[in-house]
Amino acid sequence: MNAVKLKKGTSSHSAYDLKSFIGDTEETHTLAVLVDNEAGVLARVIGLFSGRGYNIESLTVAEVDHETYRSRITIVTTGTPSVIEQIKAQLGRMVPVYDVHDLTVEGPSVERELALFKVQGKGEKRVEALRTAQIFRANVVDSTLESFVFELTGTPEKIDAFADMMRPLGLIDVARTGVAAIARGT
Amino acid sequence: MNRQMTGADIVVQALKDQGVDTVFGYPGGAVLPIYDAIFQQNDIRHILVRHEQGATHAAEGYARSTGKPGVVLVTSGPGATNAVTGMTDALMDSIPLIVLTGQVPSFMIGSDAFQEADTVGITRPCTKHNWLVKDTDKLASTIHEAFHVATSGRPGPVLIDIPKDVQFANGKYAAPTKADMGHYKPQIKGDKDAITALVDLIEKAEKPVLYTGGGVINSGKGASQLLRELVNATNFPITSTLMGLGSYPASGDNWLGMLGMHGTYEANLAMHDCDLMICIGARFDDRITGRIDAFSPNSKKAHIDIDPSSINKVIHVDVPIIGDIGHVLEDLLKIWKSRGRKTKAAEIKKWHTQIDAWRAVDCLSFENSDKIIKPQYALQRLEALTKGMDRYITTEVGQHQMWAAQYLGFEEPNRWMTSGGLGTMGYGLPASVGTQIAHPDSLVINVAGEASWLMNMQEMGTAVQYRAPVKQFILNNERLGMVRQWQELLHGERYSHSWSEALPDFVKLAEAFGGKGIRCSDPADLDDAIMEMLNYDGPVIFDCLVEKHENCFPMIPSGKAHNEMLMGEADTQNAIDGGGAVLV
Repeated sequence: MNAVKLKKGTSSHSAYDLKSFIGDTEETHTLAVLVDNEAGVLARVIGLFSGRGYNIESLTVAEVDHETYRSRITIVTTGTPSVIEQIKAQLGRMVPVYDVHDLTVEGPSVERELALFKVQGKGEKRVEALRTAQIFRANVVDSTLESFVFELTGTPEKIDAFADMMRPLGLIDVARTGVAAIARGT
Repeated sequence: MNRQMTGADIVVQALKDQGVDTVFGYPGGAVLPIYDAIFQQNDIRHILVRHEQGATHAAEGYARSTGKPGVVLVTSGPGATNAVTGMTDALMDSIPLIVLTGQVPSFMIGSDAFQEADTVGITRPCTKHNWLVKDTDKLASTIHEAFHVATSGRPGPVLIDIPKDVQFANGKYAAPTKADMGHYKPQIKGDKDAITALVDLIEKAEKPVLYTGGGVINSGKGASQLLRELVNATNFPITSTLMGLGSYPASGDNWLGMLGMHGTYEANLAMHDCDLMICIGARFDDRITGRIDAFSPNSKKAHIDIDPSSINKVIHVDVPIIGDIGHVLEDLLKIWKSRGRKTKAAEIKKWHTQIDAWRAVDCLSFENSDKIIKPQYALQRLEALTKGMDRYITTEVGQHQMWAAQYLGFEEPNRWMTSGGLGTMGYGLPASVGTQIAHPDSLVINVAGEASWLMNMQEMGTAVQYRAPVKQFILNNERLGMVRQWQELLHGERYSHSWSEALPDFVKLAEAFGGKGIRCSDPADLDDAIMEMLNYDGPVIFDCLVEKHENCFPMIPSGKAHNEMLMGEADTQNAIDGGGAVLV
């Protein structure tokens, strides 16, 4: 048969985006889901993932348009290509969902995460922690004689790397926001 | 129209404006204001069921047989939780339901108040969408949006939870035309390029088969007409899932019978051997596909469905078309005709010759008896004696359901109400009541097994109260027949808890409810007994004592392919291996 030429793109056409093979290798995708910020919308999205056995690696949500009560949920998920397509189709057909974007396949995107690190220590360790924080361009947002709280923004990998560096220097607590992501360009 | 009224009056007014004529429900503390409003009007008829599950199934029967949404009204807490099974059933089978539940007053939510349950939380996964309305001003538009969501796209159940204080308070009423309907707008028209690609395949197919499902019926009567036109114009053979029976007439020349686990030999082999499969409004359920990696290995597959998530969920297809069946079939026929109505007629004729050879196997034949009523024979006689009547059939779940699908013929859509996806025992009796309420002058028969029937037998009271002359045709084998069959085939004939002891006397039970009871155990008396049932003007329980150990064939065992069917008892030795036993 002739190859079917179908539009690529938004969620309403997402089932068209299926690749011509069903691979078994797991991929990590970052999805941006635009939803009505109505009661229970996050429970709905999470319930879809748990009910159908999909993975959530990271999930962030906040209202991004206060006038239209629109929220943006950023989900990092893993699965085989067919599972990823199912996830997008299942999200796309939910009533409060406006749009689903797969930032991983729709072109280059920027992913950032914010983290707060509490590091306890004295003497040389304390100096080393501050020095390392400067290398990573982390900000000191709280300090006592025996501790710092560093604020760091970056890719999840950068956050992981910073945590690895801080651990021997007295890292006692980490708070991470999860990934927020947006497509590059217009 | 933008006038003030109480929340309870808004509910009734919104239902009227949505064209609702019937509500199935059961009152309780948290819905008393709405019941008070219902008491003071005559436009909407309220049918008092005996259990909230009965209300949901009755509403499903009403919806499936009319094409309109079914409406349910129940109270908070246990009223809502009892409705969960019916909503899940409707979700699986894409039946539009509007379920209105009362809730404790909004200022008491979260306090573990009497009859409080987290209804929207509990029903989130078993509805298409649900709402908790905390503001009387938003009640009307929420109800209107709920009707829109339930009936558009892939239909399904929706729930609106209404706290009691919201029912009492005054608020603005908005008519449907003025209400904010939200942004839910499913894709209706299919992609032209994809439809053209399917026309390409149709023109080249030598061994095509149409595999249709409940989506054709949900799309409306026009979709069934277009499907018939497509079949007649192309001479393609057609099979259907359990949910789709009636969209193409069983008496039609190209009809292969139902497919799947208990489908016909010819339908399943046509699916297995075809070179083009066109799936129309079906979803490649595991009852249909059998073993996935052996499913129709040599065919190009096209799939028309309104729900994007149905496509490529189970089976990868070559041509996906997202849209409403009616619209897509219309465009498909237009394009196919404009390109000269081409098919490979000679090859398709040869394909029919092959199919006729499979048909000659006569897979639905069975060994009859003149001493004991065989369930298949009972249904053959029921079919013969009711053929051509204005007839609606509902079923419970189990062997009798499969036999009904095999031995009864459906000529029109919306005539067959059965629980497909969820397989809910106890569906049939309340569904028959709901169907009869919608079609008071038609013949409504619930083909049942005695075990399923007992699960919602209280609804016999509803039938009697509303003079719904439903016929309960119970194939009584004193067994959970399908469980027994699986235990025989899979569990070494250890019949663990699959028989019914202490069954009621169904004739006396019918009389106790105020209906008529008929019992028949001799094949020679069967026709007269069925005629007696048909001629009685009122609800009947027909206790048809049948062969206790009959198995339902043909059968594709779990984990097997379409061409590995069991045709009868002789085939059952070691038919299912360990891998299959784990499947359901």
